[in-house]
Parts: sequence; structure tokens; C-alpha cells
Amino acid sequence: MGVCVACMVRDIAGALGLHRAEAVQYIRPEIIGFVLGSLIAALMFKEFKPRAGSAPLIRFVLGFLAMVGALVFLGCPWRTLLRLAGGDGNALFGLVGLVVGIWIGIFFIKSGYNLGRNQKTYPLVGWIMPVIMAGLFLLLIFRPQLPSGAIFFSSEGPGAQHAPIFIALIIALAIGFFAQRTRFCTVAAVRDVILIKDTYLFTGVVSLLLAALISNLILEQFHPGFQGQPIAHTDQLWNFGGMVLAGLAFTLAGGCPGRQLFLSGEGDADAAVFVLGMIVGAGFAHNFATASSSKGPGLWGPASVIVGLIICFIIAFSMSDLGKKMVEAKR
Amino acid sequence: MNQRVDVRGLSCPLPVVNVRNKLLEMEKGILEVLIDTGTSKDNITRMATNAGWKVVAREEDGEYLLTISK
Repeated sequence: MGVCVACMVRDIAGALGLHRAEAVQYIRPEIIGFVLGSLIAALMFKEFKPRAGSAPLIRFVLGFLAMVGALVFLGCPWRTLLRLAGGDGNALFGLVGLVVGIWIGIFFIKSGYNLGRNQKTYPLVGWIMPVIMAGLFLLLIFRPQLPSGAIFFSSEGPGAQHAPIFIALIIALAIGFFAQRTRFCTVAAVRDVILIKDTYLFTGVVSLLLAALISNLILEQFHPGFQGQPIAHTDQLWNFGGMVLAGLAFTLAGGCPGRQLFLSGEGDADAAVFVLGMIVGAGFAHNFATASSSKGPGLWGPASVIVGLIICFIIAFSMSDLGKKMVEAKR
Repeated sequence: MNQRVDVRGLSCPLPVVNVRNKLLEMEKGILEVLIDTGTSKDNITRMATNAGWKVVAREEDGEYLLTISK
């Protein structure tokens, strides 16, 4: 699977019993490490700044929809790149969808889209997401068995395949630390090239792609093609459509899912609400058959993408100058 | 009197977009920018420097005042 924020958040949702897809239930220490690594960097460099209040419920909805879209494609922007680096041609359609979604988001940003300013807030608010992550880590280590059957851990399938806990955690802490310092964001990488002609983040994304590609070539794990790719399907319309939805939702929320995790580690409670939206969205995606499998999109996957896009357009339109002008014209 | 933009509390990419639009409008002069995150400070500094503006940063109480001039 590689590092996939959407998949790993989905696995955490499963472990908590928010969905019952037995193959994808595990508390991923990588997600915990991303948040806590960012927290450590933010504290060290005096960038831990508790803040909240920029349209939190909208951000929850965007996180929810981004996850629904990503699980139709089967991957976040990071995994899109990693799938490409492994030779998965289906990921090309996801990548094009992601860029189209970002491009639509840029149109609305240029039209004055704005979720409003956040405010400085109490330190406690900024600590909530790191504390949630620490709690998840305790659940991972002690694995309490509740009467409901939770905490759930897959015995087979992708959820059963994982790196040793402490190795995964340490690597993720390092990624979280450096991502906080470099402001790494795959969505901003594309957005900044189009919007302000800035290639700083884009070079980071290209480096990630090349490093993964070279590693796969050396380890003889590069298998070009469309059929039989790991945790992927070949329905290209919905590979594309799922990532249009995810790309648009990420852009409207200000960053990719990894970036939202890093922001939540440096005290951004609005980003934390987006992450909570992703967790709930993952539960919904499996309970309501919108998530894809390697066989193809779920029963309600295509419908969920269409409805999700409509909701995103309503949010983007009504929170931009376009919506304001329409309201003023009616007066 | 110097022009001033307050981008505190805004989500990415609005801080850098707002400042870029202002600089394009000004063409030259001095712009003061109030910022509250390191990310926005880095993004705006990089954008302005690449566009040929001189940037001086001052930090106070966890916030930043950038003076951008050309």
C-alpha cells in the first residue's frame, strides 16, 4: 500500500468500529506519527499556535467528501504518486482527476472563495488532536477488547499488512517533523504552480515520485500496466471522478490530507476538524458501499462522487464572490 | 504612508494570493504585511523575492511584520 493517508485513516476508522470492512481495520501508527512529528517540530521552532474558528463545519464536510472521493479512486494524492511509481497506469487517471479538481478549486479561489479567518484560541484546543493521537497509540499498544468486539484488527487483507509499530512510528515522526518544516503539501504543489507560478513545493513532489520510482526499479518492483495492480481497479471514469472530488475538496480546505494532519499537529483546530471529517467519511464510505475495491467502484461510488461534487460546488459558489453577487442581485 | 495588508487567520493560499495581487497592483513602493504563521511568512517571502521585491521580516509575539519594497 505504501504511505497513503486516506487508506490509513480508513483503517483507523475500521479499527474503531466506524465501519466493519474486516480487511481494512488497523490503528496505523503512521498517522499518529505524522501529527506528533509535526507537533514536535512546531514546539521546537515556536510554531505551535492554537487557532480555530474558520468555518469548522464546512471543513468537516470537505474532509468527509475528500475521503469519499479518495476511496472511490483508492488512494490519496501521496498514494497516487506511489502507485504511478510502481507502474500502475490506472493512477494516471487519478492524477489527471486530482489536477482537474485542484484547477476547479483555483477557479473559485480566484473568484474570492474564502472560508473566513481563524482566531487565536486557548492552548487546550490545539492539543486536542495530538492527545487523540496519543490515545490511539495507547489503544494500538494495549489492544483492549471491548464487549462490542472493538478494537478491531484485520487478520487478513491490507489491514493485516503493516510495518513493525515502532519502526513505522519513528519514520512517521520524522516525516511529520520535516513536513512541518518544509510545508510539504501535494495539493499546494500543483496549486502554486498554476496559481502563483511557484515551483518550490512541486519540486518536492517530483522528488518523491522519482525517489519511489528509482527504489522500485532497483528492487524490481516496477510492474507497468493496468490489470492486477495492488489495491486498484481499472474503471478509469471513476478513478478520474473520485480524484476530481478529492482534489476539489482538498483545495477548498487549503491542503492535501497529509498537510491537514501536519497542521492539526501545530495547533490548527480547523485542520483537525477536517481530519475528523475524513475519519467519519471513511466509515460512511464502507458502510454505504461508496468505497471501491479491486473489483471496481462500490454500488453507490459513482453516485457519491456526483453528489459530493454538487455539494463542493454549492460550498465554493456560496462562499465566493460569485455567491455574494447573486445574493446582492436578488436584493 | 505605507500600504498595509493583514492576512492573519487566512487559510492557504489566500495570504500569498492577496499579497501577490496587491504587489501586482502597486508595481513599486512599500507594502507592510501582517502574518501569523510561519508557512505564510515563507510563502510570501519566496513569492515577493522571486518577483524582484526586497523583503525584511520582523517577529513580535509570535506574529510577523514583513516590509516588502521595490
